[in-house]
Amino acid sequence: MDSALFVHRLHFAFTATFHYLFPQLTMGLALLIVVLKTIGLRRSDPVYHEAARFWGRIFGINFVLGVVTGIPMEFQFGTNWSHFSRFAGGVIGQTLAMEGMFAFFLESAFLGLFLYGEKRLSPRAHWLSAVAVFVGSWLSGYFIIATDAFMQHPVGYFTARDGSLQLASFWDFVLNPWAGWQYAHNMSGAAITGAFIVTSVGAFYLLSGKWTAHARIYVKVGVIAGCVFSVLQIFPTGDGQGKMVADLQPVTLAAMEGLFQGQSGAPLVIVGQPNEQQGKIDNPIEVPKMLSMLTYKRWNANVRGLDAFPKQDWPGNIPLLYYSYHIMVGLGTFFVAVMVVALFLLWRGTLFNARWMLWILMLAAPFPYIANTAGWMTAELGRQPWLVYGLMRTEAGYSTLVSAGNGMFTLLGFMGIYMVLGILGLFLIRREIENGPVAGNESVSNRHPATEAK
Amino acid sequence: MASLWFWIVAVMITTYVVLDGFDLGAGAIYLIAAKTNDERRRVLRAIGPVWDGNEVWLLAAGGTLYFAFPQLYASSFSGFYLPLTIVLWLLILRGIGIEFRAHIENPVWQNFFDVVFSVSSILLAVFFGAALGNVVRGVPLDSSGYFFEPLWTNFKLSPQTGILDWYTVLTGVIALVTLTAHGSYYVALKTDGDLGRRARGFALLCWPLQFFLTCISMVATYFIRPEIMANYGKYPVGILVPIVVAASLAVMLWANPKGKEKLAFVASSLYITAMLVGAAFALYPVVLPARDHQYNLTIYNTAAGSHGLSVGLVWWTFAAVLAVAYFVFVYRKFRGKVQLGEGHY
Repeated sequence: MDSALFVHRLHFAFTATFHYLFPQLTMGLALLIVVLKTIGLRRSDPVYHEAARFWGRIFGINFVLGVVTGIPMEFQFGTNWSHFSRFAGGVIGQTLAMEGMFAFFLESAFLGLFLYGEKRLSPRAHWLSAVAVFVGSWLSGYFIIATDAFMQHPVGYFTARDGSLQLASFWDFVLNPWAGWQYAHNMSGAAITGAFIVTSVGAFYLLSGKWTAHARIYVKVGVIAGCVFSVLQIFPTGDGQGKMVADLQPVTLAAMEGLFQGQSGAPLVIVGQPNEQQGKIDNPIEVPKMLSMLTYKRWNANVRGLDAFPKQDWPGNIPLLYYSYHIMVGLGTFFVAVMVVALFLLWRGTLFNARWMLWILMLAAPFPYIANTAGWMTAELGRQPWLVYGLMRTEAGYSTLVSAGNGMFTLLGFMGIYMVLGILGLFLIRREIENGPVAGNESVSNRHPATEAK
Repeated sequence: MASLWFWIVAVMITTYVVLDGFDLGAGAIYLIAAKTNDERRRVLRAIGPVWDGNEVWLLAAGGTLYFAFPQLYASSFSGFYLPLTIVLWLLILRGIGIEFRAHIENPVWQNFFDVVFSVSSILLAVFFGAALGNVVRGVPLDSSGYFFEPLWTNFKLSPQTGILDWYTVLTGVIALVTLTAHGSYYVALKTDGDLGRRARGFALLCWPLQFFLTCISMVATYFIRPEIMANYGKYPVGILVPIVVAASLAVMLWANPKGKEKLAFVASSLYITAMLVGAAFALYPVVLPARDHQYNLTIYNTAAGSHGLSVGLVWWTFAAVLAVAYFVFVYRKFRGKVQLGEGHY
């Protein structure tokens, strides 16, 4: 691989992966904060308002990190991928500009009000500012997904005389069918991250015997949301996304599943290592005929393998794509299992005393991050070798005048700064968790930790 | 249609500079004007609820530029690769400087983020000024429509220019002085006591420098780019630019000592607007001049397709009305002098 191409790809992959650790929690928490505020408003229960404020503080730290790591994403379209921007900017410029104009203004204006303006606003107006932040962050998600969807499955464009892509139909482009499933799947993934984090902190408090009134709310809200979205993640969103890949990127599906040879009644590989040299899966554990069933709803349907496609159109890194996909699916299954059991215990009223389950819920916090990252890696590695599917190859898109040396310089700089950001973020969020949900003079309830702990 | 988008983008960038300019300027005077922890918290409270929204104007302007002139975005962002990346790093450092300081009540922690915030604000002001200088001076574009500039070469106006040469360093310094004054007026407007007085003093100090540098920059710009006057001859309305510049400088000089902070701040905003609009006016229809004029990037050879631009006008107008409504709402909620004791920072 050309070394400048490699540096530019790593540059975007690294900054995007790191960035997305924050928005997934932002979007997930925004939803749960609206839920907490709504319950608080309807029941006039101050504990729910305190809970919303506590998660608002963590949201604030997380949001700052999302903003400062997000700005480089927009810039990199021009700095590192200028040929791509020149080629596709006439179309995807629409959604990127709309994200700024519709989502960021809304989100940033009302976040300030939500975090710092509670005393200046009526309860209803404060609730509304939480809703505005939620709408802004979820809109932002849509515009980015619609941009990515165009790269996965270009629609609504025409090729202009100078070879660049231009917008032909706004609605075809914005309502790309690919974007529909991908958005639902992605947002459900973000909600899972939010739900697991809220549950995890609640479980930690319950296990430590601190702030138990708050902790019960976190675990309850988190487990219900976690269960709903873990199930939605698999069906219908994951299923819909998978069918779309099978339909529109069959070579990607073959690579994801590690299906080297096409066959009727294709098995589903659960575990195993793809061996590209010999074109097979090593040490496979398979469910016979399952892949055919899942993809085409027929046990004996023919699924095309990698051998049905010219090698130059295969995704460049098949093992990484295969592992990303399998890690995502494996963790997704694990989430459903954990959350269904937790919900059952919650329904029976024994969850808050089931310490083994609280341990699992507490320790599960990192896994949604891994699953979401793996999911995005599946989408983006699966799109290779294309930058815009079928229209522009990845090697044609980067900034040729930015040398590998200059790219490496800024990549190392970002790595250093992001390492500091990551450490600071973890440190500050840990501190908020340690300080607890009723911080300083903002207490409105009488539940003091010292009395509550006894 | 492309002309309309040229002015929309120019106005958005100007709005960004006027808005984020005051919090950058507040950062520039922060370490000296605000001495005690209380004073520093008051400065941060004055900009805290709005800085992020102000910065969104940069993102929105960038997004709109990308949408309307994708070829310009591609060429300029890859050509200005190094300075833009450094700007990104500074924006990151500045954001966490503002936001993370208040989380821990410890003088060592707070001093560290104070310095991070202030130094990154100063450097950002200089870099933004130098960026504008690069656009006015022209860059080494060739027939491919691309270029790459190193950070500096020999500081002269050689054919292979660097980001920094004597002219762009000059525009960087002008930007720093202008935004320092702008931020000082804002801090004076939003705070009282010793802090407000020191901020006014800073603005007073900046004024002669600002006046002097404005004159030099006009001469220098004419010297390196005589054709800059062409549009002023063609469209007489351009005469408004020097008039507004001169008038706003005069108002600043008069209003500041009299304690009319609001008027001084408005005048400073007008000054910035006039300088930027003047630059855009002089460049039009060129968007990125080449050192060799035949390779100039103009609105005609960089704009997106006309259907896309027309569609964009519909949603852009709608979104802009909404955005202005939010801003008015938020600024009204946080208006008045800042008090300590409520909320964050």
